[in-house]
Amino acid sequence: MSILAFAEHRGGTLRQAALETVTAARRVADALGDDVIAVLLGPDGLAKEAERLGRFGADRVLLGKSDAFVEYAPEAFTILLADLIRERGVRAALLPASAQGKDLAPRVAARLGAGLASDVTQIDVKEGRLQAIRPAYAGKVFLRLGFKSEPALISVRSRAYTAEENPREPELEEIPVNVGADVFRTKVRGAAEAKKERPDVAEAEIIVSGGRGLQSPENWKLLEELADALGPGVALGASRAVVDAGWRPHSEQVGQTGKVVAPPLYFAVGISGAIQHLAGMRTAKCIVAVNKDPDAPIFKTADYGIVGDLFEVVPRLTEEIRKLRAGD
Amino acid sequence: MKIIVCVKRVPDSESRVNAAADRKSIDTQGVKFVLNPYDEFAIEEALRLKEAAGDGSVTVMTLGGDDSKETLRSALAMGADEAVLLKGQTSIDGLGTAEKLAEGIRGREYDLILFGKQAIDDDNLQVPAMVAELLELPCATVVVELQVADGRATAKREVEGGHEVVEFALPGVVAAQKGLNEPRYASLKGIMMAKKKPLEEVDVGDAESRLELIEVTNPPERSAGEIVGEGPEAVPELVRKLREQAKVL
Ligand SMILES: Cc1cc2nc3c(=O)[nH]c(=O)nc-3n(C[C@H](O)[C@H](O)[C@H](O)COP(=O)(O)OP(=O)(O)OC[C@H]3O[C@@H](n4cnc5c(N)ncnc54)[C@H](O)[C@@H]3O)c2cc1C
Ligand SMILES: Nc1ncnc2c1ncn2[C@@H]1O[C@H](COP(=O)(O)O)[C@@H](O)[C@H]1O
Repeated sequence: MSILAFAEHRGGTLRQAALETVTAARRVADALGDDVIAVLLGPDGLAKEAERLGRFGADRVLLGKSDAFVEYAPEAFTILLADLIRERGVRAALLPASAQGKDLAPRVAARLGAGLASDVTQIDVKEGRLQAIRPAYAGKVFLRLGFKSEPALISVRSRAYTAEENPREPELEEIPVNVGADVFRTKVRGAAEAKKERPDVAEAEIIVSGGRGLQSPENWKLLEELADALGPGVALGASRAVVDAGWRPHSEQVGQTGKVVAPPLYFAVGISGAIQHLAGMRTAKCIVAVNKDPDAPIFKTADYGIVGDLFEVVPRLTEEIRKLRAGD
Repeated sequence: MKIIVCVKRVPDSESRVNAAADRKSIDTQGVKFVLNPYDEFAIEEALRLKEAAGDGSVTVMTLGGDDSKETLRSALAMGADEAVLLKGQTSIDGLGTAEKLAEGIRGREYDLILFGKQAIDDDNLQVPAMVAELLELPCATVVVELQVADGRATAKREVEGGHEVVEFALPGVVAAQKGLNEPRYASLKGIMMAKKKPLEEVDVGDAESRLELIEVTNPPERSAGEIVGEGPEAVPELVRKLREQAKVL
């Protein structure tokens, strides 16, 4: 049988989440003796990306081409994926738990009448059956779930799997895209965005988050300098208090009603460590807290803490990191 | 404008929930339950759309037990006109719940069905898109801006590093993200009036779960870390530890 991986791209370039999803599918397939089918739906010119999916473990890449797929096309993607899952002996289908995957996976599940485990952090194979582990209640508990319906549908949390090369020469197969214009109930356009060099908090290697301790939005300059010193792939995050105050956009909010993140390194600067904030970042591999209050709850969760005035500590930290990076 | 808003009763975000001793369920003892915060954005949006249209109705609907009546009353107190309790248990995955809601919605009149983007108990982010699929309706999830005019909706949805704009003809489904609006508080008058508003109860039976809960665990306790030191003088030692001990730099 096969494990299907949905390979999300944006503007014709695979997203990191696609490589993570294929990596997860490869691991599951190896445990079961299955092969991996990656599905790439987009406009012309994706052959190169198809090869790349092979490098990360896809045995076969199914390419569905249409000019209508420059942007996300929810209804058409749903029909194509559901059909492929039915026709190709798919035991499990994995999608990234990205904005697109979170929109698409439930539609596919409803069309197939199959159970979906969302935002999964670990997939196990026990006696030939799949089990999915996922956080619930904002990470306050973890659920181990079994599947009572087939196929198993899973959306995989960003960064839960690290993309890993496992090269093979994938078979490329073009699949017919015969969906009539009538299936398109919605029209999706990518909105023009201000140019943005920093990654989203959900995808970053390192997050530098600030809270009310920064006292004003202008002081984010300090955190930006620290982020720049740490290098590319560093995102800025925020507590809800500062998002509510309008100092930072909601897209940066980490926590129960913001984003749940699990980067290798998380800096909490001037953040007290309320339970709703912790819910969003407690699974980070390493947490560093800077706070002037030695009793701030954040120190109970942080791996390393410095008690002190952030206006003194952060510039020094930036300076030391710059030195370190210069010596690398 | 006739609008249906699906709402859920969930533990307050402040509350401590834990794996129960048998590791088969979640211990919600002593926990305070509230209207799912994302559903408040959905209700607020529905009220504003109705107010702007100058006529219509807002119906709130939930699948749950008797204690969900309290949740429906909170929604009525905000200003919804009527409530429907579909009596039955929710499913572990979203699909069973979505099937019951879709059944409850079929046969009713509506221009728009609003949801929260996510229930903060299961964190599934599944039900809205599933209901849309089951009812064959257009749908936009994680919506931060919504315009409705001339029988069409334009919704701005959040994606990584930006937004997407989704357009469709009504009727349709929209799932609300924080930022869509600022939900109103129920006034005292609203709370009083809520008691008199119609609340319909229908026995629908339990939703089917396609997933099975094998085990509930608490996340690994993070051992309280180490205070490296005080003030800027502690920084070099912190950087050394991040590099050599944690190996994250
Ligand atoms: C339903 C609900 C959902 C929520 N969801 C979220 C969520 O998703 N994310 C979230 O973050 N919060 C959330 N909250 C809010 C949460 O409860 C806290 O109010 C919020 O996290 C506090 O933000 P803060 O740490 O920036 O501010 P504060 O709690 O005010 O903490 C500021 C900290 O800065 C320190 N400080 C001050 N000056 C300095 C200085 N010069 N140097 C060093 N340290 C200094 C202080 O000691 C203090 O610890 C939610 C709340 C509710 C009710
Ligand atoms: N039992 C339920 N009754 C009514 N609406 C629900 C129920 N469960 C979920 N919803 C709706 O679906 C949204 C997303 O829930 P979920 O898919 O569980 O994260 C919620 O914000 C509600 O609007």
